[in-house]
Amino acid sequence: MIVRLRVNGEEHEADCWEGESLLFALREKLPFPGSKNACEQGECGSCSVLLDGTLVCACLVLAAQADGHEVTTVEGLAGPGEAGADALHPVQQAFVDAGAVQCGFCTPGLVVATVDLLARSSSPSDDEIREALSGNLCRCTGYAKIFDAVRAAAAAAAGGGG
Amino acid sequence: MDVLTPRSLDEAIALKAEQPEAWPIQGGTDVMVALNFDHGRPPALLNLNEVPELRGWSRENGSLRLGSGLTYMEIECGELREILPALAEASRTVGSPQIRNRGTIGGNLGTASPAGDALPPLLVEAAEVECTSVRGVRRLALGEFVTGVKRTALAPDELITAVWLVPSRAPQTFMKIGPRNAMVIAVVSLAVSAGDELRASFGSAAPRPVLVTAARDDASTFAERVAEAAAPIDDVRGTAAYRRHALRVLTERALERTLAA
Repeated sequence: MIVRLRVNGEEHEADCWEGESLLFALREKLPFPGSKNACEQGECGSCSVLLDGTLVCACLVLAAQADGHEVTTVEGLAGPGEAGADALHPVQQAFVDAGAVQCGFCTPGLVVATVDLLARSSSPSDDEIREALSGNLCRCTGYAKIFDAVRAAAAAAAGGGG
Repeated sequence: MDVLTPRSLDEAIALKAEQPEAWPIQGGTDVMVALNFDHGRPPALLNLNEVPELRGWSRENGSLRLGSGLTYMEIECGELREILPALAEASRTVGSPQIRNRGTIGGNLGTASPAGDALPPLLVEAAEVECTSVRGVRRLALGEFVTGVKRTALAPDELITAVWLVPSRAPQTFMKIGPRNAMVIAVVSLAVSAGDELRASFGSAAPRPVLVTAARDDASTFAERVAEAAAPIDDVRGTAAYRRHALRVLTERALERTLAA
C-alpha cells in the first residue's frame, strides 16, 4: 500500500507492507535512518519521533496510521537557522558539548525526547528530566552527561549560555 | 493483509461487522508489538485513529463518558486528574511518555491483561464498558467485561467505544510495585477509595479484576480481606507470596492516605 506522509516538512510516499511500522518505513523505504531500530516494542526509545508534534515510538505506530500526518525525525532538527544551513539544533549541540554521546545509538531518540521536553517545560527540574527521558535507554553514559546536556540546552534556550 | 481506516464510528462498526476477524488498532502499543514480533498475522487491521467519536471525554447527565481512544497522557495531564485521581495516578505509571502519548484505555480493556494499570481504578469507580456494533450499543460492568486472562465478553463484531462512570469523588489512590518508576509491568498494583464504603481492586494478582468492599468501620481488617481476595501466581516478575504480602502492606498505606484525606 502507498502511504503518503509529511516528514520534516516535505511530502513523501512510501510503498509499505500493511503491517509495517512507521519506523521501518522511515528507515528502509524513505531516506531517514536517523531513528534507530532496537527493541521494536517501545521499551528503548531509540526510535522516538514526533507524530503531529507528539512524542511517540515510531516502532509502535503502524506506517498506515501516519498516512496524511506529519512526522519530525532527528534529521529534521538541524538547520536552517541563524547559525547556518548545516548548524546543529541547540539540543544536538548541547549533547556534543557535554560529551553526552558514547556509542551514539540512543542519541537520536534522546535528542528528540529532549526537544519535546523543552518545548513543554523551558527550565525543567531534574525530576522532570528524569520522567521525560524515562522511556529512552542509554547503556553507555550512565545518564549524568545526558542530564548535563539537557540542563545546558535549557539554559542556552533561556539565554543564559551553555 | 488489509488496513481499513474508517473516518466515522458508523463506518468503523460496519467494517467490523464485515470483517470480524480484523484487529482493531488505536495506540498500537500492544498490537504493534505483536506484529513486529510476528506473534499474530490478522487478515486485516482496523485503524481507529481517524474515528473522532472515540476521542476525548465528556460529561453526560452526571456521568462521564471516556472515549476508548482516550490516552493515558490526556488522563494524566488534564481536568480528569482532579475528577479521577486514582486513574490519573495509574496512567502516570504506564510505560514512558512515548507510550502514554499513544496508549489508550480502550486498548487496556481490549488487551485485558491482569496487569492492565487502568483496570483497578476503573473498577473501584464502578465503570461500565460500552460495546458497539451494527446490532446496537450495550454496556457491561467492567467486572463482567473481563472474563479471564486476556479474555473479554466483546463479541467479534463489536468495538469498545467508551467507558462510563459516575465519579465517586471519594478520596482515592493508586499504587504499583515494580523495579523502577517507568517502563514497568506491575508486579502488583492496587487502587483504593474511601468514600461511604471502602473499595479496592488490584492488578497482577488475579486472572480478572476483583472488587473488594467493606464498611468504613471495618478498616482494621480491610488489608487482610484484600490480600485474601487475591489469587496471585508465581511468575518471572514475582512470587505469589510476595504479591499477597505486598497487597496487605499497600492496602494499609492506601487507607492511611485516603482515610486521612
